Amino acid sequence: MSTSPLRWLLPLGVLAALVLGWEAVVKLNNLPPYVLPAPGAVLETLIEDRAVLFASMLVTLRTTLIALALAVAGGVALALLFASARIVEFSLFPIAVILQVTPVIAVAPLMLIYLSTDAAVLLCAWIVAFFPVLSNTTLGLNSVDPNLRDLFRLSGATRWQTLAQLKLPTALPYFLGGLRIAGGLALIGAVVGEIAAGSAGQGSGLAFRIVESAYRLNIPRLFAALLLISLTGILIYAALSLLSWLVLRRWHESELGSRT
Amino acid sequence: MSAAAPDIATRPAADGAPLLRLSGVGKRFANAVTALEGLDMEVRQGEFVSLLGPSGCGKSTALRLIAGLTEPSEGRLDWGADETARRARERHAIGFVFQEPTLMPWASVFGNVHLPLKLDGVGRREAEPAILEALELVGLSAFRDAYPRELSGGMKMRVSIARALVTKPRLLLMDEPFAALDEITRFKLNNDLLEVWRRLRCTIVFVTHSVFESVYLSSRILVFRARPGRVSAELVIDPDQPRDESFRTSPEYAGLCRETSLALARAMDAP
Repeated sequence: MSTSPLRWLLPLGVLAALVLGWEAVVKLNNLPPYVLPAPGAVLETLIEDRAVLFASMLVTLRTTLIALALAVAGGVALALLFASARIVEFSLFPIAVILQVTPVIAVAPLMLIYLSTDAAVLLCAWIVAFFPVLSNTTLGLNSVDPNLRDLFRLSGATRWQTLAQLKLPTALPYFLGGLRIAGGLALIGAVVGEIAAGSAGQGSGLAFRIVESAYRLNIPRLFAALLLISLTGILIYAALSLLSWLVLRRWHESELGSRT
Repeated sequence: MSAAAPDIATRPAADGAPLLRLSGVGKRFANAVTALEGLDMEVRQGEFVSLLGPSGCGKSTALRLIAGLTEPSEGRLDWGADETARRARERHAIGFVFQEPTLMPWASVFGNVHLPLKLDGVGRREAEPAILEALELVGLSAFRDAYPRELSGGMKMRVSIARALVTKPRLLLMDEPFAALDEITRFKLNNDLLEVWRRLRCTIVFVTHSVFESVYLSSRILVFRARPGRVSAELVIDPDQPRDESFRTSPEYAGLCRETSLALARAMDAP
């Protein structure tokens, strides 16, 4: 099953059937585009408005990637700090949890009061992306094989050697798992931030285009923007999965299925 | 053996200069479990000594004490006075083989065997002859670029042994290294380990719960009893006895196994 072309053909077929069904519903019921545009109309809008929409996509993608990079830097740095001293972990972890469990949509208006729009949107994306990186990397750093740790001790390894040659490689698969989650969440955070910024969003990302199109009842463009957000998410996920595969394919169980 | 005061003295011990001696050693863990109490034992230069006993008798703890991975709660661990014993304490003079292969999955066979030297600042090229020699000793020369997940359980254990041998240790500590392997693989590794022992002329302390394995490999067996863990009997096996497949089926081997089993049974019955 795993090697058969059905693996590719079946999901594509289901997707195609959904799109065709959508087209048929619109055509048969003669629905106007401001109620439900046909997929063809969405595609037309996408091509017509490509200049505006792709510029917006780049804005959202840029926010997402910057937030993700900052989440990786902050999450890994804090995880290393946690791993070096339990007292730091005890003291700071609750704050990280509070940041994580408070819905970002509820915090966004607050951030918009104190920060510039761009900074607030970036912060929204960062807050949600930060936690999976932190918690997964911390878990990974604490998952070192105790026998290997003993072996490093017996060989007289320094703290630095133990970190670089034992803890970091052990944490790598956990980190990459967290990164994949964080990539999707960073996009969600960016979209939430842009929507909360609403008409103030002169940065004009894709979510701003959605809000704008909704006000103007330009529903085909709303769908086109939505499509591009999905596409952005898929791109980020695919890129991070590829990264994970490239790094882990030789040795980690999670990436072995693709080789056998 | 004066210090051990075993319950059952079977035969006089072969004479060898002491490498290290544990006297009155006790080990209690933080959870109030007493792993060892009043442990007296000696390891002599060049011998193959097995620590045999039921699970939980503290034999692995004794091994970790010798390695310096844990400190005794009471008693002393003294290294012999001569030059060989002094050098055996030095870093890298002790090789440790765990019950599991304990390999780094992200490193190749070559990288795993390189580890102890790498941690000592010996680069890849400089370390290469020693690594290849260690792989040769365990018969894995052809697998230097393989990754652990591509190897069978027995091969992983060979890599683990090669890693312990790469620093040319004077003292090799092995904690039930073959317990998880099938019997056929284990017999093969037993023979290969004896071959390594003869070639390197090192001292081996081997923890096992298999009577047959301990008799086949050892020049001396220390039978441990549990709760509290200490040495209950000592058996000496003629080191000149050839160890090969014919020994495994010989009446001498059967007799020694019977004797050892009895000593173990008495150790487990001891109050």
